Amino acid sequence: MVNVLVCIKRVPDSSGEVLLTDDAQSVDGRHVGFTISDHENCAVEQAIQLATATGGEATVATLGPAEAAEQLRGALALGCTAATHVVADSTGFGPADVARELAAVVRAHEAEGRSHDLILLGNDAADSGDFQVGIRLSYLLDRPVVTGIGTIEADGSAISATCDGPTGQEVYELPLPAVVTMLEGGVEPRYPTVSGRMKAKKIVIEEREPSAAPAGAKRIKLKVPPPVPSQVQVLGEGSSAADAVVDLFVSLGVTR
Amino acid sequence: MILVLIETEDGQVAEVSLESLTFARGLSAAGGGVPIDVVAVGALPDAARAQLSSYAVRDVYLADDDSFTAYSGGAWASAVQAAQAKTSAVVVMAAGTNRGCEVLAHVAARAGVAMAANVIGFQGLAPFVVERQVVGGQVIEEMVLDERPAVFTVAGHAVEASPAAAPGAAAMQALAVSLSPADLATRAVRTVPREGGEGSGLKSARVVVGAGRGAGGPDGFGPCLELAELLGGSLGVSRVVTSLGWRPHHEQVGQTGTRISPELYIPCGISGAIQHWAGCSSSKVIVAVNTDAEAPMVTKATYAVIGDMHEVVPAINERLKSR
Ligand SMILES: Cc1cc2nc3c(=O)[nH]c(=O)nc-3n(C[C@H](O)[C@H](O)[C@H](O)COP(=O)(O)OP(=O)(O)OC[C@H]3O[C@@H](n4cnc5c(N)ncnc54)[C@H](O)[C@@H]3O)c2cc1C
Ligand SMILES: Nc1ncnc2c1ncn2[C@@H]1O[C@H](COP(=O)(O)O)[C@@H](O)[C@H]1O
Repeated sequence: MVNVLVCIKRVPDSSGEVLLTDDAQSVDGRHVGFTISDHENCAVEQAIQLATATGGEATVATLGPAEAAEQLRGALALGCTAATHVVADSTGFGPADVARELAAVVRAHEAEGRSHDLILLGNDAADSGDFQVGIRLSYLLDRPVVTGIGTIEADGSAISATCDGPTGQEVYELPLPAVVTMLEGGVEPRYPTVSGRMKAKKIVIEEREPSAAPAGAKRIKLKVPPPVPSQVQVLGEGSSAADAVVDLFVSLGVTR
Repeated sequence: MILVLIETEDGQVAEVSLESLTFARGLSAAGGGVPIDVVAVGALPDAARAQLSSYAVRDVYLADDDSFTAYSGGAWASAVQAAQAKTSAVVVMAAGTNRGCEVLAHVAARAGVAMAANVIGFQGLAPFVVERQVVGGQVIEEMVLDERPAVFTVAGHAVEASPAAAPGAAAMQALAVSLSPADLATRAVRTVPREGGEGSGLKSARVVVGAGRGAGGPDGFGPCLELAELLGGSLGVSRVVTSLGWRPHHEQVGQTGTRISPELYIPCGISGAIQHWAGCSSSKVIVAVNTDAEAPMVTKATYAVIGDMHEVVPAINERLKSR
């Protein structure tokens, strides 16, 4: 039985135009909506698969504003069975602060007799992209950590985790308890079902206050680089442009 | 003192590590000529050492005993820490690869200092303010690194690698590192080598045909491969394509892939995210094929065809074959 804790972060959807808040401290998501990163979607999927396969529990946790309950519900609808919400404005929390709060959640659950054998996080958050919360958390909990993992298999009290290394697929074997950060691509996130959404509504989300005041993210400000003026010349639309394209190739001297 | 963790690739210093050394030189100059030392793990071929000399490196700390044969982020971090202690480095940096970010996050966590990932520049030394990519590269963050050592990784291809005017000694210093059981516990137990291997010629190709999510699936690359063949070029892909396992990683163009500089780049179904652009911006001519006339790749390209790559590319191929 492997009990998994998966950590997700509510972030503004950045697939379209990105606007900043007036204080230039964060991305303004009010008009574009919020989501979690693709890496975290895969971490949620992996957590549910492992818990289901071993008869364990998949718990989801976040540190974020009240509205982040939406992202927790999303993970519950997919098959996580418990959720913990550290309610705070995540803007003021640096990666060391977040790691400390997540460690506090794990310790509090342990004190209540709920252990999280495996903690899954994204490799990097979609907004702050710090690449480090998982590693910091591993030191706070004195657990081994591997990063950038695509797939995990559980085998009793150990896991084997695979990632795409510089020369090939690297395999790591870790005893539990452990921390793993995930990259998208290894597992295919599922879609929520109607019954999953109904179940999720009934689950009571555990709410907590931060265990300490945050030290901060050392952010001075954010800025959006100005767009470069476009000089593109459109050769045409659809397959009818093929002649113009080939004429261009000829004039560039790249045809054989 | 600036300490740079380098990585090697095919017996050479990885291009992104040379970029980090170039960045370090800018920092060194701003600080009045602070020496730059390197830490490396594993074997370091003579060719790589010569490169380090041409990048004005003073000392090269090498940890190459057997316990480093299999990769472990914690073990590499212990090597960096040992070198940092020897050099009293106040700046510890690496290229923003998966490994670079992982190892330095360990170093920063152990030292109890911040780490800035994917830095592209710095504004001043006192206070030390860096600029780094956040929100998938769409936003720049100004961040202050007020602790010592200042720990950060440099975004791939944010600066161009260029050797120094005067070489450095690149004196080899053996580095004895005592690894903890925890360092050794997270070593990779095996590596399944990738078939096809590196060296698809992407880096030096005169023509590169790019394919992104628009390819639609692992079977969607035929026409792009054919176009590459017809033009004697190579296929390059976006990270979405390699993450989804549609094509191998060595074909990836971008910040965490290869940097290309062909005469002609033909990105098809690639949106042109900043991290992709970092790898293709030195292409002489770009002809983008995309259904979306507003996609960044289209607006940044020299030429564009607006349309479905599954129609446009086969039509181009037919036209080329009938010449
Ligand atoms: C730290 C970091 C490092 C990264 N490193 C890299 C890197 O090295 N390389 C890299 O590429 N990315 C990298 N990325 C990812 C990058 O941010 C983008 O997510 C990625 O480049 C998008 O790939 P894409 O353009 O294929 O997909 P999308 O962004 O989804 O774009 C698909 C495009 O295809 C078009 N399209 C769809 N269907 C068709 C069709 N039938 N015909 C024609 N056009 C079509 C769409 O209009 C769209 O423009 C990195 C990200 C991070 C955070
Ligand atoms: N506020 C948060 N709440 C929960 N998990 C978080 C939070 N911030 C970061 N994480 C986790 O840590 C991972 C890496 O974040 P980062 O180191 O900030 O890039 C994310 O993908 C999440 O899984």
